[in-house]
Amino acid sequence: MKIITVLKQVPDAEARIRAGSGGVELDGVTFVIDGMDEYGVEEAIRLREAGHDVEIVALALGPARYEEAIRTALALGADRAVHVETDVELDPIAQARVLAEVVRQEGADLVFVGGKQADWDSAALGPALAEVLGWPHSDWTTELKLAGGALEVRHDTDDGQESLTLPLPAVVTTQQGLNEPRYPTLPNIMKAKRKELAKRSLDELGGAQPLTRVVAQEIQTRERRGRIIEGDAASAAAELVRLLRDEAKVL
Amino acid sequence: MILIVTAAVNGSLPKSALELVTVARELAGGAPVAAAVVGPEAAAAQLAGYVPQVRSLQAPELEPLRAEALTTAAQQVAAELGANTVVMSANRLGQSVAPRLAVRLGAALLEDVIAVSTDGGLRAKRYSYLARVTETVEVAGGGATVVTVKPNVFPLPEAQPGGSVAPFAPTFGAQDTRVTVGERSAAAGGRVKLEEAKAVVAGGRGLGSAEAFDQLVEPLADALGAGIAATRAVVDAGWRPYAEQVGQTGKSVAPDLYLALGISGAVQHLSGMNRSKVIVAVNKDADAPIFKIVDYGIVGDVAQVAPAIAAALEESQGS
Ligand SMILES: Cc1cc2nc3c(=O)[nH]c(=O)nc-3n(C[C@H](O)[C@H](O)[C@H](O)COP(=O)(O)OP(=O)(O)OC[C@H]3O[C@@H](n4cnc5c(N)ncnc54)[C@H](O)[C@@H]3O)c2cc1C
Repeated sequence: MKIITVLKQVPDAEARIRAGSGGVELDGVTFVIDGMDEYGVEEAIRLREAGHDVEIVALALGPARYEEAIRTALALGADRAVHVETDVELDPIAQARVLAEVVRQEGADLVFVGGKQADWDSAALGPALAEVLGWPHSDWTTELKLAGGALEVRHDTDDGQESLTLPLPAVVTTQQGLNEPRYPTLPNIMKAKRKELAKRSLDELGGAQPLTRVVAQEIQTRERRGRIIEGDAASAAAELVRLLRDEAKVL
Repeated sequence: MILIVTAAVNGSLPKSALELVTVARELAGGAPVAAAVVGPEAAAAQLAGYVPQVRSLQAPELEPLRAEALTTAAQQVAAELGANTVVMSANRLGQSVAPRLAVRLGAALLEDVIAVSTDGGLRAKRYSYLARVTETVEVAGGGATVVTVKPNVFPLPEAQPGGSVAPFAPTFGAQDTRVTVGERSAAAGGRVKLEEAKAVVAGGRGLGSAEAFDQLVEPLADALGAGIAATRAVVDAGWRPYAEQVGQTGKSVAPDLYLALGISGAVQHLSGMNRSKVIVAVNKDADAPIFKIVDYGIVGDVAQVAPAIAAALEESQGS
């Protein structure tokens, strides 16, 4: 069976994000493979380790710098990778249409997508990709098992958890709790350099027409009082309660 | 025509459904607003107190509710009413269905929005980069649009009684029910819902243990009528259920008061609570990053400060 794991490369969570007149400025920022996507790579590897005969293909759509994240996935255990290289900014729906074309051409049976991307703060890519492909999906998945031609999963809902059985092919969005992603080892990082990384262009895949565009970005700030209350526990607590009641008026 | 699509929770409308009315009215600018409500007719009738035209959706295929079936139903109601904008809540269900609906309608998706405007084209504000950035997104071309709305951001609408409720029976295809739903478990209830709580008491690893978490956090939450939240470190340690996790991979909350106990303030946590109106932190490390975003901070040991706050609250309420 063929598993595709979709990857994004995003600013490191600890990176300081700045904004200029043109929006978010990312030069000098350290980029990493999106933590949410690592769960998908890890899950694919675990399926192989559990004895399933799987080929794991890492798939990414983004600028040249994405190559580093793709190499990380290869070092973790993906067999080969496809990089749709473009500097064009596409919204999640437009991305889904492009990625679906690659998934179709590859003839994949299962696609993993991170549950929420750390750059767009978007959870749309997985469900949108499933819809373009005409496949079912499971979102916010925390457990997964292959059983015959079907997928048994457990996932989070608005008010708890639910077990689902999905026929394959299917899209699964991954998150914390699904597994504990491993770290790449040095020998595997070396080996990853020789694995196949195919480049595709947007044009070859039918182009893309995003229906939304980002017109402004600003750093979100909120004025905070920043007041540290001194004193022993009892007097600081009393003062806090007074301030919450009389100054902030939230009690 | 603007169409609200929502589902009843335990038989009645969630607060987030009413917030959708506020957004739909803003988007409509006087044009008609309609709603499709999955669940008992009583829930549809509730919304008819705000929206002139309500479709009540009941079908065996919608029970339990699955993403593909709801997508199909929403698409058919939109077609019947000639709606070109669909508004849903950015809860898990909405975030699962809205992208599908956008693809199916060839529509633009505005996701998890915190503000909308219609002068000079449809625009929305939303957060990105782990809620560190506020971005403005514009719909190019002015075609159909699906909007998901961040819960607890928009005010509740004024009632507009007199709306009508009509049943709507969607027709489903085999693919709408191909996913089978097995066992379901609801998150432990009892306390006020985290996303709807006016006050939240949140605990981090600094509380030391599951027992200490319960002993220090629960009395405070009781005194404040607050919901309880936890960091991922706490959830990973098994001290609290995942349903209480706040942050990038958990819930996103914006209460009037967020009281953070023994929490360092990692960005993944902050992204779920940095819109809170007033933030208070108790941490023994004066350099903890959480203090950079507080309104009030106390540097000290939670084991002493948390009970002291509970006592001070009791005293203030008593007087
Ligand atoms: C992809 C990804 C997603 C993530 N998603 C989330 C998420 O959704 N939510 C989330 O919370 N995290 C998330 N994280 C994890 C996040 O990075 C932090 O590791 C986590 O928030 C830390 O939790 P904490 O503050 O409880 O623990 P710590 O960082 O260990 O902080 C404990 C704090 O307690 C203080 N302390 C210790 N003892 C005491 C005492 N006796 N009295 C007072 N203070 C004390 C310490 O000074 C310290 O500041 C995510 C990480 C990744 C990589």
